[in-house]
Amino acid sequence: MHPAPSLIVFTSLSGLGFGLLFFLGLGLPEKTGLVAFVLYALGYGLATAGLIASTFHLGRPERAIHAFSQWRSSWLSREAVLAMAALLLMAPHAAGAVFFATPLPVLGVLGGVLSLVTVFATAMIYASIRAVPRWNHWTVPFMFLTAALAGGALLSGNLFWAAWLMLGFGVALILHWALGDLRFEEAGSTMGTATGLGRIGKVRLFAPPHTGDNYLLHEMAYRVGRKHAGRLRAIALGLGAGVPVATLVLLPAGYLAAGLAVVAHLAGLLASRWLFYAQAEHVMALYYGRAPG
Amino acid sequence: MTMLPARTERKLGLVIDLDTCVGCHACVTSCKEWNSQGYGAPLADVDAYGDNPLGSFLNRVHSFEVTPGGGAPAQIVHFPRSCLHCDDAPCVTVCPTGASYKRVEDGIVLVNEDVCIGCGLCAWACPYGARELDPAEKVMKKCTLCVDRIYNETLPEEDRQPACVRACPAGARHFGDLGDPDSDISRLVAARDGMDLMPEQGTRPVNKYLPPRPRDRLATAPARPNLDAAVTVEGGLLGWLDRALSRL
Repeated sequence: MHPAPSLIVFTSLSGLGFGLLFFLGLGLPEKTGLVAFVLYALGYGLATAGLIASTFHLGRPERAIHAFSQWRSSWLSREAVLAMAALLLMAPHAAGAVFFATPLPVLGVLGGVLSLVTVFATAMIYASIRAVPRWNHWTVPFMFLTAALAGGALLSGNLFWAAWLMLGFGVALILHWALGDLRFEEAGSTMGTATGLGRIGKVRLFAPPHTGDNYLLHEMAYRVGRKHAGRLRAIALGLGAGVPVATLVLLPAGYLAAGLAVVAHLAGLLASRWLFYAQAEHVMALYYGRAPG
Repeated sequence: MTMLPARTERKLGLVIDLDTCVGCHACVTSCKEWNSQGYGAPLADVDAYGDNPLGSFLNRVHSFEVTPGGGAPAQIVHFPRSCLHCDDAPCVTVCPTGASYKRVEDGIVLVNEDVCIGCGLCAWACPYGARELDPAEKVMKKCTLCVDRIYNETLPEEDRQPACVRACPAGARHFGDLGDPDSDISRLVAARDGMDLMPEQGTRPVNKYLPPRPRDRLATAPARPNLDAAVTVEGGLLGWLDRALSRL
């Protein structure tokens, strides 16, 4: 897919924000006053910045309110509803902690859990798309959730958990790439099944329907070279998981270790998300003679 | 409403005959022309006469070369591709606003252009690439099965079919109710062993494609003319000139 900057920023930042809100909602750590203000502001800020960024990829953002209506069938709608519910439910708990030194744990836990379910819904938007075999796999929600939890643990100061969760995120990345590389063939869609002409013999594209570009090719037939992708994977894994684990384990616990880990993790996360979109092979490309690989 | 109806009263759709299609693109242009007025905003044509034209089309014709095994010659198959109005349409369920819906009365899948936010998710969900975002209107465009023609009492009876079916000079496109086993179109599908595209994607498409009929296979290679016997030795002035020039 043509990696849309707005979507890369949206999923990365909102995942991070909701991950942080999960830990804060569960009272891990239990903070009040100014410290709580900074933490909740960061959580709310990241989550809403991400959600606002997502509206930039819409063709008609002025109608975005309609996106809350089809939660019965659409993961995108569910994500919108869950995000609103999480942020609204958590608000009294956050306000209570910041201004009155009285957190409201019931709302906090509810908001925190809903925050995590929101991240799950975001991942399911992609995982529910069967036409992209690489996305249609359990490793996608696994990757999104571990990213949110690892980043959230880091930002909330739970450095011990952060180190383990960063390791988990690294494992998730590796699994998503390794198993994802096999998915297209596993799904069984070929030029033969796409045209139905496989019953006659070997199919190849003789003439495309148009000489120029079109929406489908621009969006869904993006190609990133394998060598390029390999290097990016190494960078994403190294910065996204490797450096955070190393800094948290080797450096004494404190702002330096956490700070370095956050910067590296965010860079790696953005790289991994860019790859997530760039390496998506859509079965529609079979009609244009583009088998993956 | 993006819940799929449990069942539809009719299953209107198209049948494309891959044996007869000549790849003339008449269906492409007639569809584009019809959908530049009528239902929804006109289909865009950005930079139409410039270096990089871009436009949304609802129907596109590919050409494929199929090579059967066993040394048989390859065949060219022209392949029109448009929305298949699937029974289990993934483009309908993913829509967050309800703009993408499947009609209960005839099974046609449509886009409500007043509600569509242009998120593009339906285009991602469709394995057939049947949906395109209009570059001018920024809403999703797809085959409407000419819903504004088929019920239109102001058109003469023979024009109350999709523009592409009406325009096809080879008779390669057919329209009818594929949910009725006694309809002409259903009998055609049964007679010609009509097929689904990408059945493994689980979309249960309504449109069917009729496979090309098997081509003749020659038992021996065709006779080749003996061209050596065509060279004659010329006499006279021209013959002398020919020999003299060859020696130079």
